Amino acid sequence: MLNFLVRRTVGAILVIIAVTFIVFVIFIVVPGGDPAQRIAGKNATQQNIVNIRHDWGFDRPFYVQYYKMMQKMFSGSLVSYTSQQNVLDQIKLGLPATFSLAIGASIIWLFFGIAVGVVSAIKAGKLSDRAITVLALIGVSMPVFWLGIVTRYYLAEGGLTSIFPDGEYVALTTDPLQWFWHLVLPWCCLAVLFIGFYSRVLRGNILDTSNEDYVRTAKAKGLTPNRIMRKHVLRLSLIPIITLFGLDFAAVLGGGAILTETVFDLHGVGQYAYQSINNFDLPPIMAVTLYGAMFIVVFSVLVDIFYAYLDPRIRPT
Amino acid sequence: MSEVAQPGQPLIEVRDIKKYFPIRSGLMQREVARVHAVDGVSFAVQPGETLGLVGESGCGKSTLGRTIVRLYEPTAGQIIFQGVPIEGHGARKLRPLRREMQMVFQDPYASLNPRKRVGSIIGDPLKIHKLGDKKERKARVEELLETVGLSPEHYNRYPHEFSGGQRQRIGIARSLALNPKLVVADEPVSALDVSIQSQMLNLLEDLQNEFNLTYIFIAHDLGVVRHVSDRIAVMYLGKIVEMSPAEELYQRPIMPYTEALLSAVPVPDPDLAAKRERIVLEGDVPSPINPPSGCRFHPRCRYATQVCSEIEPPLVEYGNGHLAACHHPLNVDAGLTAVGSTSAEGPA
Amino acid sequence: MAERLLEVKGLKVQFATVDGTVKAVDGVSFELERGKVLGIVGESGSGKSVTAMTLMGLTRDVNSRFEGEVVYKGKDLLQVSDTEMQQYRGAEMGMIFQDPMTSLNPVYRIGEQIVEAIRTHEKIDKRAAKNRAVELLRQVGIPNPEMRVDDFPHQFSGGMRQRAMIAIALSCNPDVLIADEPTTALDVTIQAQIIELIDRLKDDFNSAVILITHDLGVVADVADEIIVMYAGNVVERAATRDLFYDPQMPYTWGLLGSIPRLDRPRPERLHSITGSPPSLINLPQGCAFRPRCPHAFDRCTQRPPLENHVDPPSHLDRCWLDVEYKRAHRGDTIAGGKPEAA
Repeated sequence: MLNFLVRRTVGAILVIIAVTFIVFVIFIVVPGGDPAQRIAGKNATQQNIVNIRHDWGFDRPFYVQYYKMMQKMFSGSLVSYTSQQNVLDQIKLGLPATFSLAIGASIIWLFFGIAVGVVSAIKAGKLSDRAITVLALIGVSMPVFWLGIVTRYYLAEGGLTSIFPDGEYVALTTDPLQWFWHLVLPWCCLAVLFIGFYSRVLRGNILDTSNEDYVRTAKAKGLTPNRIMRKHVLRLSLIPIITLFGLDFAAVLGGGAILTETVFDLHGVGQYAYQSINNFDLPPIMAVTLYGAMFIVVFSVLVDIFYAYLDPRIRPT
Repeated sequence: MSEVAQPGQPLIEVRDIKKYFPIRSGLMQREVARVHAVDGVSFAVQPGETLGLVGESGCGKSTLGRTIVRLYEPTAGQIIFQGVPIEGHGARKLRPLRREMQMVFQDPYASLNPRKRVGSIIGDPLKIHKLGDKKERKARVEELLETVGLSPEHYNRYPHEFSGGQRQRIGIARSLALNPKLVVADEPVSALDVSIQSQMLNLLEDLQNEFNLTYIFIAHDLGVVRHVSDRIAVMYLGKIVEMSPAEELYQRPIMPYTEALLSAVPVPDPDLAAKRERIVLEGDVPSPINPPSGCRFHPRCRYATQVCSEIEPPLVEYGNGHLAACHHPLNVDAGLTAVGSTSAEGPA
Repeated sequence: MAERLLEVKGLKVQFATVDGTVKAVDGVSFELERGKVLGIVGESGSGKSVTAMTLMGLTRDVNSRFEGEVVYKGKDLLQVSDTEMQQYRGAEMGMIFQDPMTSLNPVYRIGEQIVEAIRTHEKIDKRAAKNRAVELLRQVGIPNPEMRVDDFPHQFSGGMRQRAMIAIALSCNPDVLIADEPTTALDVTIQAQIIELIDRLKDDFNSAVILITHDLGVVADVADEIIVMYAGNVVERAATRDLFYDPQMPYTWGLLGSIPRLDRPRPERLHSITGSPPSLINLPQGCAFRPRCPHAFDRCTQRPPLENHVDPPSHLDRCWLDVEYKRAHRGDTIAGGKPEAA
């Protein structure tokens, strides 16, 4: 186990370095204008731009720039090109919204994904299963930004009915009820996609597992169908779901729900990423990517460990 | 280097061939142990001959078969094909040789690509080796289908439309497409019903006569092996423990493992079954990761003595081309001592 | 006369599929007495596995239809409800399957799986059940059972897994053990061990065994009575010696002749039965074996009944051929062609 952790940690560091490097190279390669010019603003003179370029190090070779940026990143002093704000602080501001969105949505999608998956597997072939299949496919097909806008139009304040507030995030500490109420729509929109997907995967797993030889043995022992489903079929069928969930959750926690956060104006880390990309602002992009990559990497290690615990045939390598 | 076999020269010879699989663990994934799948095997097969390789799971017979045709890279040892050592050949040099050596696999359900049509499965080897144009290839494939007892109309069908026995015929047709000299058949009939099995064995025999093929026939069923083989090699934990002309092995097993193996084979004759002495071996076949010391069979051998656990017996000839590796050989007259030669050539 | 545990009368099992109705079992009858081993021999598609699974009620499904009777200790199991059937499985009848690698749940320990079987049918606390599991493992010949009871299936070898399966099947002292190709996936030396084990346990547990296999050699050794199945039918039924020494069905001759045997000189050519088993959806008219039978004549277009034609009266077969003709002509088939010149 120790060997495994050491190797994975080393691997993780390499992955993160590679990620930041790739982001940096993309930024350099993609034409998007001169950062110095943007920092200088609208009424800058040529001399201003040259000065800024020098101050910020834009006139140095790119690997030097990269090194300097990483330095600033890890000392917490990285600053945005456009707004001069400290990137790390901005990310911290966005954390509560992102975490709230991620945790709430993930609970919803895990619960309903599993429930719907089990029901459709049990009723496989029947009308209810086919209806669920159609709904699941619709769920998977609806782009979250479209769904977000549609629900806002129909259900949010300022829209057709004014059941829910129209976006924005209210801190939990400020007003728990409003916090909850503001998050209902974003939670549901984000969850719909995953519910559709997870239920399909689980349904398939359950149907496959039910045909396994050890399920036949369980029947031959005289176990009740209920027990067979719980202890033999579900236990095995859920293993892939849990591993999927670990990574999906990590992604959303890491600011991956960019579209949801933006459509609902939650000011989380994802939305910050969106704005930075729009502004072609490298420091925040880099920081958010790094932040997200860390979550994915850590969770993938956790998922591997958990998987080995669930399935004794697997040893983490 | 001659590409044509000289008279008297074996078609294929292996010398002290070894195949180990590493087991990696630890921080740097260092090799901490090895699976000694094939641990020093030598024999030669004459053109037109059938060598049977028999043994239980873990004995290495399948690994040996694949190593011979270079599906696996040998860890050590030599493979000599028509007088030319090929174990070190790179991919380019090996390519023309792949036409000469082909394999038939065990599982007719897994060894055919379910997404390809039969015509493509059998015809692809021709395409890969650039033999003939499209029309010629199709004609050849249809010819092959007929040869194995299928119909040319099956050209456009998919594997799932066939039964197990028919699929195995397709596999055989595929292996014959390039006119190989050597066919390594890895348990080709184990997955088939008894009545289909005998059809397949007859077919293999006919094909051997018609195309002058040389077979290395791998099986765990001693009855099947006896029927098809000229000579048989018995493997245990990566080594050959006995090798002899086919009939001789069954009349006069020398190594106690062979004796036990023969006695374990169920015989469809109730009176005979009740009368004969069944030697039921204790325990399981040990792991090829840590083979026992000395003679690998000694923990399960009822004749084992001290020397058996210490010194590994060499493979020694007892006359008539019959070799065995045992400190206490059975069925050997006191006067008939080892001839001393350990070469494993076929009958002259 | 030993106690008659099981009586199957005219069992028919059909499955509705997209391609049509599969007549997997088309009229099978036999009896099983305590202390006896009944061998059911047949190839793929013969219906032997479906018969066995039906005895355990494992073929019950929306798409299956049953006819006939399966009378176990006086009760027709085909009429019993699903819930009641669960009580029979494991407690009265145990079953082991072909592939021990996949027949055990990989994520639970061996001991847990045995305990689960025990506690399904008996009110017993976990510790007592575990002790019994250890004893069962010892009985089936697993060394160090106190340690191995906590192992996972993948830590056992193939032969040991099959022994564990037997332990599970016998854990509640059933009176009937059904073994469906228990040794097909095992090495021949392990196979011998397992067959010997099953035979010994039958006496220890005072039960009966139904042994299903395609290997005539296996049943020759251990079975008291043998049923040969073909295309869902019983085509021959006899005491073991009678089947091997006076076989009445051309299919049986074909099977005997197709086996490469170690106890006879090597024939030039193995006998092979031409063609393949019929589709169970479109069974041929008359005798199911007719298309492949070299001795078929005009009467064979009518399906023969399972009847007795020879001595002893327990030897039944489904063939129109005259007994004298059979005895004169079967030698070639069974011997499998001329032996090779010495």
